[in-house]
Amino acid sequence: MSAPEDIVVIEGMTKNFGSGDATQKVLKGIDLSLAKGSLAALQGRSGSGKSTLLSILGTLMKPTAGQHEMLGQDLGRISERDLTEFRNRHIGFVFQFHHLFPDLTALENVMFPSAMHMGRETRAARRRAADLLVRVGLEDRIGFRATALSGGQKQRVAIARALMNTPELVLADEPTGNLDRESADQVMDLVREINAEDHTTFLISTHDEKIADGCRRQIHLDDGQIVASAPPAK
Amino acid sequence: MLYQFKIGWRYLTSNLIQTGLLVLGVAVGVFVFVFMSALIGGLAVYLIDQTVGDISHVTVSEPPLAPAQLYPESAGALYAIENATGREATLRNTTEVIATLAQLPGLVAVSPQLVGNGFVTRGAVVNPVTVVGVEPDKVSAIADVAANLVAGRADLPTGSALIGQKLATDLGVDAGQGLRLRSDQGVDMTMTIIGVFEFGVAPLDERTVYVNEKTARGLFDLRHGVTRIELRIDDLWAAPSFAAEVAAATGLEATPWTESNGQLISGLDAQARSGDIIKGFALVTIVIGVASALLLSTYRRRSEIGIMRAMGASKGFVVMVFLTQGALIGLVGGLFGAGLAWLALSPFPPPGQIEAGGFPIDVSQGGFGLAVGLTLVGALVASILPARAAAKVDPVSVISQ
Ligand SMILES: Nc1ncnc2c1ncn2[C@@H]1O[C@H](COP(=O)(O)OP(=O)(O)OP(=O)(O)O)[C@@H](O)[C@H]1O
Ligand SMILES: [Mg+2]
Repeated sequence: MSAPEDIVVIEGMTKNFGSGDATQKVLKGIDLSLAKGSLAALQGRSGSGKSTLLSILGTLMKPTAGQHEMLGQDLGRISERDLTEFRNRHIGFVFQFHHLFPDLTALENVMFPSAMHMGRETRAARRRAADLLVRVGLEDRIGFRATALSGGQKQRVAIARALMNTPELVLADEPTGNLDRESADQVMDLVREINAEDHTTFLISTHDEKIADGCRRQIHLDDGQIVASAPPAK
Repeated sequence: MLYQFKIGWRYLTSNLIQTGLLVLGVAVGVFVFVFMSALIGGLAVYLIDQTVGDISHVTVSEPPLAPAQLYPESAGALYAIENATGREATLRNTTEVIATLAQLPGLVAVSPQLVGNGFVTRGAVVNPVTVVGVEPDKVSAIADVAANLVAGRADLPTGSALIGQKLATDLGVDAGQGLRLRSDQGVDMTMTIIGVFEFGVAPLDERTVYVNEKTARGLFDLRHGVTRIELRIDDLWAAPSFAAEVAAATGLEATPWTESNGQLISGLDAQARSGDIIKGFALVTIVIGVASALLLSTYRRRSEIGIMRAMGASKGFVVMVFLTQGALIGLVGGLFGAGLAWLALSPFPPPGQIEAGGFPIDVSQGGFGLAVGLTLVGALVASILPARAAAKVDPVSVISQ
């Protein structure tokens, strides 16, 4: 049902909120697969279901119906505990609001996913986190508290944090939504660079045409359905 | 270092004023706990010292004489009881009894005594008294007469008497003067007041006259035996069981001090219970304080907690972060409060040495370890609810905020 290079495949996915008369059908049968190393933009009007789809892909929310496979695993069949671990190992998140931990430094924020995996902050994790911060251009902000960074810097720390455990898939929900043009372009350049060098798969929801154009694939969501996906996945 | 511990610590240190106030609140609760323990314990020591300090712990006597059966053959029961004989049953085999008692562990002092009633007169003043005849070397064995002497000496050569300060004042006499004593057996004697004591206990100071054992034999016309044997033991509270042992070993009647001081015991019990209630309230206050502060913190940090969950933090991890905070607050607040209490209470003299009107604080009964331990447990219990609330935060609900 899926090509071997697809890291995530969803089929017939629906998501309803509420029940009875108040049922709201947000996703109405989504079929989507993402090949390893793809860089895809998720577009659509406000309320079209982009965040909902990302939450389901990120295993933060259960779909009402449909298949969800990632890295060959049927995610509908694994326990919540295993799902937490799966998420930690294989999925990175970047949110519109950076959501850094305010009481931790930039370095500690980046190390967090590794600390969840290892149970502590290892020396190797410290080194990798520092490398990632250098890579996102924040070598001079390593020991800063998250609260002492600018919006663009915070979002770059958030990207480094999402990459910490070398996830196969990074889900970014409007990562540049709160940034000015210049910061947004910097963030997007960074994403493209990482995608090119590490072959990390990115799915980025955005209202920003320039950001979407910077991606190699555009997926359009309308009223809970994928209306266009161009250029078609290779 | 455990990572959950690190995060819990960061949360606490991120707002030092708030955490400081919380720790201070816990410390005040612990202070109250320790203060109440030391005060209630000290009061008990003080009251027992006041009451039991000068009395026999266990008193051995002959069981009361059974009333004579006058009509052994009659069908119904017919008893005649002779009331108030004035002379008590006497203990005859004193030497053997004392030898038996000496075998019992915990015995500190033994004083065989002859006790009877009499009157002292001086001029027109007549006072009823209890005459206690003791062996001269055991004057201070039970009530420490020597330590409470206000005039004269505390030994008892034949023909001398030791009387209480109150009695001396009533009679207008002092050490070195004479005293006329008439026993209820009608024997008159004149003796020298060799010393005057003051225990601060009315029955002793007002009505007790100590005389030499030989003098007492003459006064009460008793050639053999004693009226009772008074004992002191090392553990005050073992008196009932010690008395039972004495009774079993000698077949005599043995009365512990607790039996004749039931009111004191129940008073101390009631006091300890009210102390426990106040201590319980102090603990409840700590638990409520910690729980509400942590619950507020889980609410404030909802979005962070949700993001942690999204990044792979298990529910157990989140629970541990909050339990760690509770434990740290309990431990630091507990130690701080206990330290403050120790600093505040240790200058107080032990309750055995306080002046009248002083605070009977017994620092050694402060229960410092218990206070810190219970506070730690209480704070942990208090953090369970916030920890569980935190673990329930749904990542999706906070991401868009
Ligand atoms: N937890 C929820 N309960 C009920 N309805 C929800 C919930 N989450 C989302 N919805 C509804 O689902 C629909 C899609 O929401 P979603 O957040 O996925 O849209 P979106 O495409 O991300 O919009 P935007 O571009 O504004 O972020 C909306 O109509 C929203 O009201
Ligand atoms: Mg959205």
